[in-house]
Amino acid sequence: MTQTARGTGSDLGVGAGVPRPDGLLKVTGEFAYSSDLYLADMLWGATLRSPHPSAWIRAVDVGPALAMPGVHAVLTHEDVPGERFYGLEHKDQPVLAIDQVRYQGEPVAIVAADHPETARRAADAIVVTYEPREAVTDPRRALFDPGCPKVGPEGNLVRHQPVRVGTVPPTAEVVVTGEYEVGMQDQAFLGPESGLAVPAEDGGVELFVATQWLHVDQDQIAPCLGLPKDKVRLALAGVGGAFGAREDLSMQVHACMLALRTGRPVKFVYGREESFFGHVHRHPARMRYEHGATREGRLVYVKAEIVLDGGAYRSSSPAVVGNAASLGVGPYEVDNIHIDAYGAYTNNPPCGAMRGFGAVQACYAYESQMDRLAEACGLDPVEIRVRNAVSQGSRMATGQVIDSPAPLAGMLRELAAMPLPGSSCSPDLRALPGGVAQTTHGEGVRRGVGYGVGIKNICFSEGFDDYSTARVRVELLGDEPHILVHTAAAEVGQGLVTVQAQIARTELAELADLGAARVTVAPADTSVGSAGSSSASRQSYVTGGAVRAACVAVRERLAALRAEHPGLGPAELLRAHGPVEETREYRHRPTHPMDPLTGQGDSHVQLALCVHRAVVDVDVDLGLVKVVELAAVQDVGKILNPPALEGQIHGGSAQGLGLALMEEIQVRDGRVLNPSFTDYLIPTILDMPPMRLSILENPDPAAPYGLRGAGEPPTLSSTPAIAAAVRAASGLALPRVPIRPQDIALAPAAPAR
Amino acid sequence: MRESWDSRERIAGRAGRVTGQANTSGDAAAPPPVGADLRISVNGAWHALTVDTRESLLDTLRDRLGLTGAKKGCDHGQCGACTVLIDGRRVLSCLTLTVSLDDESVTTVEGLGLPGAPHPLQRAFVEHDALQCGFCTPGQICSAVGVLAEAAEGRPSLVTHRDRAHPGGSAEPVITGALPLDEEEIRERMSGNLCRCGAYPGILAAIAEAARAGEGAR
Repeated sequence: MTQTARGTGSDLGVGAGVPRPDGLLKVTGEFAYSSDLYLADMLWGATLRSPHPSAWIRAVDVGPALAMPGVHAVLTHEDVPGERFYGLEHKDQPVLAIDQVRYQGEPVAIVAADHPETARRAADAIVVTYEPREAVTDPRRALFDPGCPKVGPEGNLVRHQPVRVGTVPPTAEVVVTGEYEVGMQDQAFLGPESGLAVPAEDGGVELFVATQWLHVDQDQIAPCLGLPKDKVRLALAGVGGAFGAREDLSMQVHACMLALRTGRPVKFVYGREESFFGHVHRHPARMRYEHGATREGRLVYVKAEIVLDGGAYRSSSPAVVGNAASLGVGPYEVDNIHIDAYGAYTNNPPCGAMRGFGAVQACYAYESQMDRLAEACGLDPVEIRVRNAVSQGSRMATGQVIDSPAPLAGMLRELAAMPLPGSSCSPDLRALPGGVAQTTHGEGVRRGVGYGVGIKNICFSEGFDDYSTARVRVELLGDEPHILVHTAAAEVGQGLVTVQAQIARTELAELADLGAARVTVAPADTSVGSAGSSSASRQSYVTGGAVRAACVAVRERLAALRAEHPGLGPAELLRAHGPVEETREYRHRPTHPMDPLTGQGDSHVQLALCVHRAVVDVDVDLGLVKVVELAAVQDVGKILNPPALEGQIHGGSAQGLGLALMEEIQVRDGRVLNPSFTDYLIPTILDMPPMRLSILENPDPAAPYGLRGAGEPPTLSSTPAIAAAVRAASGLALPRVPIRPQDIALAPAAPAR
Repeated sequence: MRESWDSRERIAGRAGRVTGQANTSGDAAAPPPVGADLRISVNGAWHALTVDTRESLLDTLRDRLGLTGAKKGCDHGQCGACTVLIDGRRVLSCLTLTVSLDDESVTTVEGLGLPGAPHPLQRAFVEHDALQCGFCTPGQICSAVGVLAEAAEGRPSLVTHRDRAHPGGSAEPVITGALPLDEEEIRERMSGNLCRCGAYPGILAAIAEAARAGEGAR
């Protein structure tokens, strides 16, 4: 999967609409995803998972599985060679369940066999004696009922983050309160968890896997295998989407354990149903908000309690709680803030990173509140947001001052001024909600328009040592200058390989302009330093910064050589002196923890804004919603690649649409009811409306090229904009997403507003 | 090459059971696998195969013929990532039994074009950035090739205007020559192919361009 492209710096550098170097491989079926990997003598892995959300394990009998022809190994927690627990921030998750299971789908035993079906059947043949125990499934009870059984190692509280600013007066001229709920969303990447572990001659193992962060995988896998890190080498296999779901481990340790035990390569590929149990989800949230304002609609205070259900293990819940707390009032100026954000352990499916983590949930609630406030004050939804909008120099809830452009009011005015789509008074059934499945003539269809505003922290926050590493090498290959860019950054579809090559061309334009200089982005692996995670909208910023820094270092070396040999051109210099290679780490400016009592602190690196307007048609009789158009304004600081950027905004908006109207993992008593694409619905091309985009470039002076991370912000604001539009059309309160047909069609007769 | 597949012969019994439940039934009672001989053309090359009658075309392509372009996104006909063409018509290869394809011609994404010589739709997908992770893309492209062929043949869809699909008020749809592919038609006809990255605007633009250019329906 080495990507090479030719061309000059100017037309293929930063800012150009360079096509993906891996595009032709992907459209012709040549690109190797992790599930496509194959070795002649490989075995297939399978996982036995708990059917219970909470149970003691009284006995495990692997005998029947071992007795099956074709089975090479059956392993349980007793076979874990090293540490038996792992985790992103806190090692609380067992590699394989030890005496107890804490969620439905928790891995209990693993099998390697010579055929995938044999492996699955062998896993089924393992006899596990469970003693079911009470499952804790209500996060409020988990947190606040002292009599509740403990799920976590020290109780059920993962993190409580308060935010205290000013004093919260008991009242204001206008007060609106609301309770809001966000359902459990799934990342639902199309390429299921998969990878291939190959035992190495040095006693180590090589793992080819689809992941978001090779080095944090390595950091977790090696101790569990009882191996030094240099004996656990990872290479990125083709990634079929990520969206946060590949930040935690899934099959990684299991495949390595089986490969080391059997001495054979072992491949795991989860099926779709298993995938719903194989990764963390977006935290469901229950949120109580109270907004106080003047009659003119200026915010006086915000009170909020945000409860995030983290499920059975910690994963990245602490960061999710931090985001919900620090961004809990949204991009608005408020002098008095009282927020309590909690993450809870329960026996529900574990939750962790998903695009916009923590900020998505809070955004839905505070934006719903802003609409209620607008109505209470008799103001237009755009106007109330403009009156309270942050700008450069504003103080966030954490006390952090926004020190780069944040032209929110202008963005809102631009959005509101965009033309609206034509009316729905068409007799054409195809245009109605439900499309050709409509059973009426559209008598119940109402148009609604809604707005949403979101603010997202870019890169890792709260004092995390967040960096990336890049190695850049310039050499003559076939007597032509060639630029090799090597990082461990995961291309997950966002177009990072394109951007890395663009940066190299811009920074080494002198070489690129030789006319034939080639840039190759080497496959990502752990033979170069960590690039950090492909998450938090951070890779263009951090890995982009590292590639730029390494290119600058190479450029300076070449300049020094040229000064020594003034008569020689770049190619001649390389011929005379051999390759020039530099490796650089890039760190964004430091961040600081949130104060545990007040939430104060400069916890974020960069903040990014996106605003959405949604136009919907709602059949209020049938409960069907059609999103007619989405419009968005986003400030990205600097556009690195126009089509790739637009793709991020389209995709983020689509996933926000899914959360607003379609997507929910339904969990009852700790059990998932809908682990399939028949019952878990993600937007199709029919659900995705035309989009109108305006992309602003107000540079952040602290960031490489002035860029602002762009992948997550549109996922925040699209959801509340659509919910607001459905409320406007239906007159219903709709305090929960996803909005289901029955929430509209079967709502109590008297609208709540 | 794919010798591990032969172990299927040793597997008797039912399809996989619910996750985590012990298999207490006796596999010995299950019927033995049944093999069938057939001839199948894939991307222009004929193969003589003996297949398990329960084997899906997707597994045959991926695990026996080494053609991994068609993807297994769900294996249940829900996502469209496994879409291939049989005699020019699109099918979900995960729901198609290979045994039913004796003497049939299958085209996968690998058979449409190569990186050095892409099919017009493959080129249009790259030019319109109609993909991100690309996992759904082989299915999207095979589906789009099928869509262009359906329209060229005048096959109506659910959203084809009544006057076109049912001239003179006929009860059954009537094929009356090539149908134009407007945005509604493309959306409706492509709605069986999920793209989680949400690259739909690019997909729409790529197919619309190929439809305008009158290429790709082959």
